Amino acid sequence: MATRYFGVAMKRREDPRFITGRGTYVDDLTLPGLVYAAMVRSPHAHARIRAIHKEKALQHPGVIAVFTGKDMVDSGVKSLPCGWLLPGMKLPPHYPMAVDKVRHMGEIVAVVIAEDRYTAEDAAELVEVEYEPLPAVADGAKALQPGAPAVHDEAPDNVCFRWSIGDREKTDEAFRRAHRTVKVELVNQRLIPNAIEPRAAMAQYNPATDEYTLWVTSQNPHVHRLLMAAFVLGIPEHKLRVISPDVGGGFGSKIFLYPEETIVTWAARQVGRPVKWTARRRESFVSDAHGRDHITEAELAVDEKGKILGMRVKTIANLGAYLSTFAPAIPTYLYGTLLSGQYEIPTIYCEVTGVFTHTTPVDAYRGAGRPEATYVVERLMDLMARELGEDPAEFRRKNFIPPDKFPYQTPVALQYDSGNYEGALNKALEAIRYKELRRQQEELRKQGRYIGIGFSCYIEACGIAPSQVVGSLGAQAGLWESALVRVHPTGKVTVYTGSHTHGQGHETAFAQIVADELGIPIEDVEIVHGDTGSVPFGMGTYGSRSAPVGGSAIVLSLQKIKEKARKIAAYLLEAAEEDVVFEDGKFYVKGVPDRFKTFQEVALQAYLAHNYPPGLEPGLEASSFYDPKNFTFPFGTHICVVEVDPETGKVKILRYVAVDDAGRIINPLIAEGQVHGGIAQGIGQALLEGAIYDENAQLLSASLLDYALPRADDLPPFEIDHTVTPCPHNPLGVKGIGETGTIAATAAAVNAVMDALAPFGIRHIDMPLTPEKIWRAIQAARAA
Amino acid sequence: MKVPVTITVNGQVYQREVEPRMLLVHFLREVLGLTGTHVGCDTSQCGACVVLMDGKAVKSCTVFAVQADGAQITTIEGLARNGQLHPLQEGFWEMHGLQCGFCTPGMILAAYDLLQRNPNPTDEEIRHALEGNYCRCTGYHNIVRAVRYAAEKLRVQA
Repeated sequence: MATRYFGVAMKRREDPRFITGRGTYVDDLTLPGLVYAAMVRSPHAHARIRAIHKEKALQHPGVIAVFTGKDMVDSGVKSLPCGWLLPGMKLPPHYPMAVDKVRHMGEIVAVVIAEDRYTAEDAAELVEVEYEPLPAVADGAKALQPGAPAVHDEAPDNVCFRWSIGDREKTDEAFRRAHRTVKVELVNQRLIPNAIEPRAAMAQYNPATDEYTLWVTSQNPHVHRLLMAAFVLGIPEHKLRVISPDVGGGFGSKIFLYPEETIVTWAARQVGRPVKWTARRRESFVSDAHGRDHITEAELAVDEKGKILGMRVKTIANLGAYLSTFAPAIPTYLYGTLLSGQYEIPTIYCEVTGVFTHTTPVDAYRGAGRPEATYVVERLMDLMARELGEDPAEFRRKNFIPPDKFPYQTPVALQYDSGNYEGALNKALEAIRYKELRRQQEELRKQGRYIGIGFSCYIEACGIAPSQVVGSLGAQAGLWESALVRVHPTGKVTVYTGSHTHGQGHETAFAQIVADELGIPIEDVEIVHGDTGSVPFGMGTYGSRSAPVGGSAIVLSLQKIKEKARKIAAYLLEAAEEDVVFEDGKFYVKGVPDRFKTFQEVALQAYLAHNYPPGLEPGLEASSFYDPKNFTFPFGTHICVVEVDPETGKVKILRYVAVDDAGRIINPLIAEGQVHGGIAQGIGQALLEGAIYDENAQLLSASLLDYALPRADDLPPFEIDHTVTPCPHNPLGVKGIGETGTIAATAAAVNAVMDALAPFGIRHIDMPLTPEKIWRAIQAARAA
Repeated sequence: MKVPVTITVNGQVYQREVEPRMLLVHFLREVLGLTGTHVGCDTSQCGACVVLMDGKAVKSCTVFAVQADGAQITTIEGLARNGQLHPLQEGFWEMHGLQCGFCTPGMILAAYDLLQRNPNPTDEEIRHALEGNYCRCTGYHNIVRAVRYAAEKLRVQA
């Protein structure tokens, strides 16, 4: 079949509504009789709730109701569930509103429902809460010290879990016989996702039918529905419809079941009117699940030829005050398993301690575990190259897994399906004109100018799979995806996908796949997502899974459609089914291409069923649930070039080259856009972003005034290229590209700055690499 | 206590009574139902709420509706004329200058302001002019290209 749309850089079909202001985000919606919720949040990181006085708030004109955690629990509301369990893990309850104690700043203690937004906010300030403040701890390492304030009675030492992967004995042995070792302590600082659309929820309850409808900013509406209905509110799942309309960015933060949408849904029934809540940005800062927050000690050992012998990693992962939906998986199975990177490492041992602290819960944020792993691996590679006096690119090349060793079994559980790491490195080196650049660097150093070149050769694992395996690792659900393809009588097609688009362009990319497979114009294809009322149960979008898993599910359904359509066509053409060929939207008898039935003619017969094969059901639709055989493994090389001003410590990014391999590319325009955005977030972590808690666990960086997101003039233009190594085990040969940029860029940018600072003997500075930190490091180096 | 205001939005005159503390962005979104203007923060950092007030870009979360009394406001809904996209809208579409679309209306109107002042901006000038508008999806790369596209198209048209 001739490819017509796959691989074409098509403009997005969803854009017209966004560029004309006709997108529909949750906060844009309204309903007759709508009322507003405002959350009363704890100003303390840790306190006992002595009493909550509602009276003043209730007397305020326009206030309809005030509810507390006790009201919810008394009505039978349960704890928010955790969707990934590790052996021996502590799982303290997490109620939508605090009942007796608050455990992080911003935890909800009450909700005010009022006629309008402003009144609700006013009245929230009138709710009087008597707190008994208690000592709090925000830092993961400090929380482990004896005598640290305990977050939960269930975990007096604040340890949620201890987890390890790899062979400790073998790794220790490798270090004993090493020619050279390097060791580094790294902080992978806490990030706050900051999707530009704040989270929002609007819920309605219909007492006549006992049905709820919830509109929510969700990356996975079915997951929201299942967790909320079955685990928390105890309402029949089919009586709760969850709709996630246009969503303004997620980056992981809109995966999880949060207190707010649960409160709103519950409250809609209590007050008998639809209720809406939209986060103010300040609420986003304290309530959206944060990301990263690792303290790590990492070591690498090599032999006399500079070949890696082993890696040893010890990490404290700060989980926050409660376990968010997927929190335990991120610093374990999405982190420890990635520590082999692109390299042949005979043995690895990694142990992770998951720790409770009096901070906002931590969960998946773009990359989720994999950026943390890549940062460890790529910092170690750079430090070792410097230790050995080798070129960092050549030291990496020497240790790459060679292309003829795939499938490659790492010592940390994963089996890489395919890869050609040297191909991507070479392409990136050419693009950056590496040798010339090194000469330039040398020249400029003589003039007192400090240029640095940083590498990141990363591996990603996306589309976590297969379901059986993830189940055995602790996931409480399989990670497959659904697709229902409905062909209408006129031959137009609607696809209901379990994936969810919140910027990824599925309405375009998925339609490209469908139009090609069925040989129909793309205008005849509609992609529907985000509504549990019409879409079959789906797992949603995160972990770069939409194309490899969601896209593959669509292909499976299309295959079923074509099989059935072929039967109908064979009957209409009075031919044997096996003699009927489908090509470019036409069914014809082999060798007689001018005797054909179009896809549209066949579709019509499927529904009219006047002239129709006996024994075959009418209609033309098919659904599939695709369970991947393995993860997919995108990889690539990113190179960042920076200049550091030694007088101010300011970093300027001069160039950024990315060569990614995400397998076959459905739409290059969209794929490149994903890489751009990913790099921006990765650079954001390296140079700008970071949550700051004080010693009382107060979040100091709790607004966009205090938390530095990358702005347009902080970033360079990006030079993007790719290599193509198709994924061997899914029908599209695609791997996913949503997180590659974030996974790669942080290490590339930090390595570049450290390379620039090498003449000062500076070996490592923790992120974010602000001018102040760099300036101080230079001053200290000059003084030494 | 409510006060009367007369505000012209996208060429249409609206007379309404509003609380003096009502923000212009809430007037547009909740009183007039023009939800293309978004709210992304509460400290006037993000720029999702940018509209044109008497031809100049303002953050409508930082303007009270009463301050806009008598003013001409243009929102994203009013930028296309007679079904014809403005070159900036076209540029964002052509160059993939948006992903989730949430920052886009504010971004387009901030860029509109720039191109009025500087019809032929360099990339650096574009980045500088848009530093009051956050985008979390695109890394700004394609936004810069989109604005350049519009600038070129507007120059040809002029």
